[in-house]
Amino acid sequence: MEIDAKGMTYKALNEALRSATSAGAKDILVRNVNGQRYIGTSLQDTVNLELQGTPGNDLGAFMNGPAITVRGNVQDGTGNTMNSGKIVVHGHAGDALGLSARGGTLLVRDGAGYRAGIHMKEYQGVGPRVVIGGGAQDFLGEYMAGGVLAVLGLSGLSAGKTRARFVGTGMHGGVIFLRGTVESHQLGKEVGVTGLVDEDRAQLAELVALYCESFGGSQEEIMAADFVKLFPLYLRPYGRLYAG
Amino acid sequence: MAAMKSFLPSKFIVERDPSRCINCKVCVNQCTFDVHYYDEDDKVMRSREENCVGCHRCVVFCPTNALTIRQNPLEYRPNENWRPEVIEDILKQAETGGMLLTGMGNDKGHKIYWDHLLLNASQVTNPSIDPLREPMELSTYLGKKPDRIEFGPDGELKTELAPQVKLETPIMFAAMSYGAVSLNVQKSLARAARELGTLWNTGEGGLHPSLAEYAPNTIVQVASGRFGVHSEYLKSAQIVEIKIGQGAKPGIGGHLPGEKVTSEVSQTRMIPTGTDALSPAPHHDIYSIEDLRQLIYAIKEATHYEKPVSVKIAAVHNAAAIASGMVRAGADMIVLDGLRGATGAAPKAIRDNVGIPIELALASVDTRLRREGIRNQASLVVSGGLRSSGDVAKAIALGADAVYIGTAALIALGCHVCQQCHTGKCTWGICTSDPALTKRINPEIGAQRAINLVRGWSLEIKDMLGGMGVNAIESLRGNRLHLRGVGLNDTELEILGVKSAGT
Repeated sequence: MEIDAKGMTYKALNEALRSATSAGAKDILVRNVNGQRYIGTSLQDTVNLELQGTPGNDLGAFMNGPAITVRGNVQDGTGNTMNSGKIVVHGHAGDALGLSARGGTLLVRDGAGYRAGIHMKEYQGVGPRVVIGGGAQDFLGEYMAGGVLAVLGLSGLSAGKTRARFVGTGMHGGVIFLRGTVESHQLGKEVGVTGLVDEDRAQLAELVALYCESFGGSQEEIMAADFVKLFPLYLRPYGRLYAG
Repeated sequence: MAAMKSFLPSKFIVERDPSRCINCKVCVNQCTFDVHYYDEDDKVMRSREENCVGCHRCVVFCPTNALTIRQNPLEYRPNENWRPEVIEDILKQAETGGMLLTGMGNDKGHKIYWDHLLLNASQVTNPSIDPLREPMELSTYLGKKPDRIEFGPDGELKTELAPQVKLETPIMFAAMSYGAVSLNVQKSLARAARELGTLWNTGEGGLHPSLAEYAPNTIVQVASGRFGVHSEYLKSAQIVEIKIGQGAKPGIGGHLPGEKVTSEVSQTRMIPTGTDALSPAPHHDIYSIEDLRQLIYAIKEATHYEKPVSVKIAAVHNAAAIASGMVRAGADMIVLDGLRGATGAAPKAIRDNVGIPIELALASVDTRLRREGIRNQASLVVSGGLRSSGDVAKAIALGADAVYIGTAALIALGCHVCQQCHTGKCTWGICTSDPALTKRINPEIGAQRAINLVRGWSLEIKDMLGGMGVNAIESLRGNRLHLRGVGLNDTELEILGVKSAGT
């Protein structure tokens, strides 16, 4: 079914989406999305949304299950504290992509802003997967406690060499794959850098395959480039700051 | 490098009466700080006094009352400036080079305004009411109240009300996270809340599945770490509380040390076992008041606008302006946590030096919201070292809708405020994840103790209300005329909005 979001407040649009899904709609196309927030927040699993336009902040915040495809850019807080589901962005993302996410898949064709992947979590192998096709900016993966984040550097100013600073500050879990090189002064002191072993390459190949499935491109070509893996040096990065 | 000898003296002396001691070694079993031991060669009980923290577990459990704990009477030359605690903090820091950690709330005795406020009673001009004879209403509703209400021609209410949550008494159990306290403590408080018709708060550690049955009495917290936050968690609660800060450590985040992150704690928080649970200082999606509004409405969307959304801040300078902003951002409930609020772990320097007393924050926030005509748009809940029914009644008279009690609830369960919560070795089994220790709290008995405390206080409040000649807590709420101050200067009286006793 189709909904025209033109002129709708976010409350009205989200209510319309809720009624449609409770009535049994499984595939909904929303046209003329223009800044409405919290789309997907109040929906249950097994719904496919296609959004044309620019959704507002907190797209898929606290989301549990739906699959959202955006034909346009997204703003800040996309996938905020997301639990499960999938968000595919045919454009770029704003700040705090996947903040505190606990699961689900976030695929962004172009670049992302600041604080992508901040404080993502995981437990017993269940965690979020984030793939950014372009570059990402400062504080990438800050406070990361789990999940996997891949930045492919295929477009934008960071193609080949990331320009982000303060990457992984406070990182104590999870893993980040970056295409190209990164200097040590760009990284938080809690971050270790290494090349990829076979297991890493397999994990990255899966993520790249997901990306190509949505946005095209050749998995082999992308995997042929050099990648580095960023990982946390300590489980307890601030353990020595305190006295009894 | 040579080993450093510690210059720190013992804080406590353990006195064991040899005529009573029967060498049963209960004290050895009960102490988690390695104080008591049995010397096999000399066949006598001994103490490592330098380890004693003054928690009294051994004293209470000694079957022959053979033990007592005294403060080490080590006397320093009198010095109001370089007090013994100050000297010893410097020594500790010189020996460790880290931030000094501590537990529980500020112990410095910055003026406790509850002790300077006195309540009214009726004499002659209108009669007291006997609470044993007439019903006394303590029911309190939390949630946004409308600006006006309209009734239809048949007397039915036409105005649509925002979600309201009913409490049978204005006393709730404060946020203490799973990980900071044990699951048995949370079970005790959840059960007590259900029995009392009030609410308990999960704190920022998520909601353990075994507590899901208490959902009708649960407030869930969304703190900066977002631990355990998912849509079922949000939907199961009565109220969702965004935690911006807490009185014990305003402005900074939190660290639950890796040792306290057992597999159950990590499952509930969704983080790997053994890592520190780090809560960042700000929510990384709240960098302005507009961002707060955004998160409030994200939660309202996620819960289908069916539940009040609360926002908790530490009482700090300009609390009134901040609270006004929070109300206008859409909060249905504001929580102010004062300087004397407790914590499982915080840097001592922050606990002792940052924040303001709750009495002053409460008075100024209530006054400001009333002056701006928006006081009805959010319920006001306060916490931070409330110790008695007297403190609760005075808080309500200053303007609070309800209060949270944390320390008092733990003391009801056995806490002796020894301030060692951050070590994870709580002998009373309260703020620890060690399974051998958590067994020391039996949730059935714990619940009964907490119920007894709140029931006792509620009866005392009813007595105070009757004594004032009113029969509903609503008549006391924000009614500063029922308070007078003693030993307060003009500025304090003005901020509190009360007159001096005698006038």
